[in-house]
Amino acid sequence: MLKFTEEHEWLKIEGDVATVGITTHAAEQLGDLVFVELPDVGATFEKGGDAATVESVKAASDVYCPLDGEIVEVNEAITADPSLVNSDPQGAGWFFKLKLANKADADGLMDEAAYKELVG
Amino acid sequence: MDVSSDLKKTPLHALNLSLGARMVPFAGYEMPVQYAAGVMKEHLHTRAAAGLFDVSHMGQVTVRARSGDNADAARALETLVPVDVAGLPEGRQRYALFTNDEGGILDDLMIANRGDHFYVVVNAACKEADFAHMRAKIGEACELTLHDDRALVALQGPRAEAVLAELWADISSMRFMDVRACDLHDAGCIVSRSGYTGEDGFEISIPADLAETVCCRLLDHPDVLPIGLGARDSLRLEAGLCLYGNDIDTGTTPVEAGLEWAIQKARRRGGAREGGFPGASVILDQLENGPERRRVGLRAEGRAPVRAGAVLATDPEGEDVVGTVTSGGFGPNVDGPVAMGYVATASAEPGTPLYAGVRGKFLPVTVAAMPFVKNTFKR
Repeated sequence: MLKFTEEHEWLKIEGDVATVGITTHAAEQLGDLVFVELPDVGATFEKGGDAATVESVKAASDVYCPLDGEIVEVNEAITADPSLVNSDPQGAGWFFKLKLANKADADGLMDEAAYKELVG
Repeated sequence: MDVSSDLKKTPLHALNLSLGARMVPFAGYEMPVQYAAGVMKEHLHTRAAAGLFDVSHMGQVTVRARSGDNADAARALETLVPVDVAGLPEGRQRYALFTNDEGGILDDLMIANRGDHFYVVVNAACKEADFAHMRAKIGEACELTLHDDRALVALQGPRAEAVLAELWADISSMRFMDVRACDLHDAGCIVSRSGYTGEDGFEISIPADLAETVCCRLLDHPDVLPIGLGARDSLRLEAGLCLYGNDIDTGTTPVEAGLEWAIQKARRRGGAREGGFPGASVILDQLENGPERRRVGLRAEGRAPVRAGAVLATDPEGEDVVGTVTSGGFGPNVDGPVAMGYVATASAEPGTPLYAGVRGKFLPVTVAAMPFVKNTFKR
């Protein structure tokens, strides 16, 4: 199940774990990333919490935690090579895996069609 | 990213849009922050070949003595800047600062001697205030004209000379900070060999109605890419150059900012025309006794950019705060974070280890000499 947030994150939900990344649209808007900071495994966030930071040449941006949950895995490949986020944002450029506190919360997020409408 | 319609547009607005620019509001103008290539590629391309920048938002002002004697205009300008204007030969340009009575900086600018007048280029965000300041202080002695009828572009990078020489062969005889009038593609232009990137290059003032034609001609060259404000900022940061409003402002003096090289001997104590500019006593005292803080370069040990506003401390807990970062980001050619900021003089020596507060952590940084990349000016 693929879901999207208004903050331009995608969630691929399998069971009660969501793989989270930023959308192709967000990656294009940010430009070439030069630095990524990921949360610690085991950290818990509420929806909207600052879970990660990405930096382009120009500016730093926060990546928000899309739902309440606990970080169970992070993608160290993107801290070693932030350009992966630009080249494959919805694949190899994933950020972290989030164990959802309430799986049903995901029902409130957008599906792909709704997100595409949002970004035009 | 709504760009509201009351923003001013440069004469190159339509061309910028056709080149795929992402436009943002900047200093009251709708300006290109980047083009299709993106900030990283634009930055690297400028240092490898040549980049064309639309900087038409900047203020171009002619200063003409009402007496008809250009020496009177030089004398008038010297009442506003701590710079030797009277000693500036015809066809030469100098970096200058408008200072206030407290020794702070109202704006930084370029002053060129054009023979029968001076030609001044000021920052976009300050141009109305600068023009009012000049009119109030030297308007009696000088006729001042703000040239909204001219575009301004910069062609920067190691291939800039060869590209421009295809339009005007004489360009190769110009040295760094020379200024000349020339015809480019039948447009009466003013060209200076200067810029804001640390690279060799040229700044070209073009009549607004011919600006697009001249720029299209330059962009036809395979070595030239259009470059936005994003890369302009990272290029000037790597070159260690100040951004007005970030690194210098009314709260910083030229000496604190490390810009004392812009104050020539003639205006210093014991000089032929000592003082006589706003804030002279403060600035000349600081030149003799040293300031309490200095602008310094900073290199981070890790990959995380240290940006404007980060506090600087001598200890990893961040308790002994000695300064603040005023500009910082990622330097594409340095391939790492670069920053500048103000620190207490005791911590200003290159090699001094400091800690910068970034998102609640204090990251190790080192005071470093600027520029971060070697400049390539043709002196």
